[in-house]
Amino acid sequence: MNAIEIENLTVWFGAGPDRAEAVRGAALSIPRGASFGLVGESGSGKSTILRAIAGLIPTWSGRIAVEGESLQGARRDRAFHRAVQMVFQDPYASLHPRHTVDRMLSEVLWLHGFRDIDARIERLLSDVGLGRGFRFRYPHQLSGGQRQRVAIARALAPEPRILLLDEPTSALDVSVQAEILNLLSDLRAERGLTYLMVSHDLGVVGHLCQTTAVMRTGEIVEILDVETMRRLQPRHPYTRQLLEASIGLNLGARGAPAPAV
Amino acid sequence: MSGATRPGLRAWLLAEEPTSRAQARAAAWYQGWLKLRANTLAMIGLAILILLTVCAILAPWLATHDPFAQDLAQRLKPPGWEGHIFGTDSLGRDIYSRLLHGARISLYIVLLVALVAPALGLLIGTVAGYAGGWIDVLLMRLTDIFLAFPRLILALAFVAALGAGIENAVLAISLTAWPPYARIARAETLTIRNSDFIHAIRLQGAGPARIVTRHVWPLCVSSLVIRVTLDMAGIILTAAGLGFLGLGAQPPSPEWGAMISEGRKYLLDHWWVATIPGIAIFTVSLAFNLLGDGLRDVFDPKESAR
Repeated sequence: MNAIEIENLTVWFGAGPDRAEAVRGAALSIPRGASFGLVGESGSGKSTILRAIAGLIPTWSGRIAVEGESLQGARRDRAFHRAVQMVFQDPYASLHPRHTVDRMLSEVLWLHGFRDIDARIERLLSDVGLGRGFRFRYPHQLSGGQRQRVAIARALAPEPRILLLDEPTSALDVSVQAEILNLLSDLRAERGLTYLMVSHDLGVVGHLCQTTAVMRTGEIVEILDVETMRRLQPRHPYTRQLLEASIGLNLGARGAPAPAV
Repeated sequence: MSGATRPGLRAWLLAEEPTSRAQARAAAWYQGWLKLRANTLAMIGLAILILLTVCAILAPWLATHDPFAQDLAQRLKPPGWEGHIFGTDSLGRDIYSRLLHGARISLYIVLLVALVAPALGLLIGTVAGYAGGWIDVLLMRLTDIFLAFPRLILALAFVAALGAGIENAVLAISLTAWPPYARIARAETLTIRNSDFIHAIRLQGAGPARIVTRHVWPLCVSSLVIRVTLDMAGIILTAAGLGFLGLGAQPPSPEWGAMISEGRKYLLDHWWVATIPGIAIFTVSLAFNLLGDGLRDVFDPKESAR
């Protein structure tokens, strides 16, 4: 059984003449325990797919199934929230400015019915590499990387099996990016998590993901595995463009611009 | 108090790594206090208000005369006359004592309104903002209807319908004061509603009631507190206005507005009867405004967000 299965997914915003389709006919499937990347430039609809899965966007059609269960609209049940969690792009916006780390984590743990909250908070903080000194701090007393670690701890609190990662490193300094990526890959190895990660950075995706879907203007143009990517043998010209842009050399035979799809 | 515990307490409050929930909360309050203390004008406002509160609490002991005792032989005496610090009014009552007892009424009105109106506004505004759709439309049109009336006129209508008296004046002022708070709370909620930290807690399975009360309210409260403090002056003035028009506190109650209303008849010959309660209203209104300005600097969520 696949962790996430998406068929013919279309997501739109607005209605009538204002209707804009952010994702058109996307299809992908992620086996349990795999790490799947979604790349594309801004506005290509990659984050939209994540938000549709999470239930943050009600206007979609097609089929989304998580662990075999088909999802409807924006309603998600308790079992979904325990199984699937999300880490957001901007750690400055994803933590409540008036809640301490302790309050954030204990509320989440309480919501999921855990009662050994104290012990669990200590364990979560040490799992994401934060000492107990951080427990009673407010977000404004933390750096960007520390905040993202707290956000990851919050996502791990219900012991999910699937993590949706929405550009978890793009708001961070380069050196901190590497730390967070290493943390994420360690956590996946320890806990057997399934990742669906969105990024505009092929390097980040290549570091963390075995399979990658390339998106452009709302459509998935190619799904390739990490070996194909490393050998620089994409089938689609747009993927080639992205790869060239990310490693800064020209693979194209004649250097002609790729035809629009 | 003792020099030995002071630095320890300060260090505890300013610790980089708080070790308990209580310490983190105390530290956050202490930071705010330090910021407020740096604002001289706000501290002057706070000092006046503390003085007012002390006067109100100790009124029976500080007063030199019974505020209701009439002495027609001593009527309309100027300030300083035979132990009457601020003189006497048209019935020979001591203005200083009446002023002290009037402080109790003013504080009572202000506190009641400050508890009722923002609470009502916060509830309606955040529910409208978070729920959206037809609930939002319904609640906001209701707010618009209340906003469309001039405040004192609407309060007059309520008092006329409910009957004159302090409780009804408070109720009337509260019922006319909530719509601006609802508007502020709704506007704040709209910006908060779509932020990632709300998405994150929704993804953890929190329901709308929990999100509104625990995650939206704490962020709206600061701007409401500022607004309420700045509105306090207006509330005191509205209460005084109702008293002046004879629809608020009833004689012989020493409410400040009613005192001015009484003194109006003798304003030209015996200026102090109306002027002294007027100065009291002015001072307290000014104090609330100064404090409100200072609180805005401390609370401003845009600044402390970073």
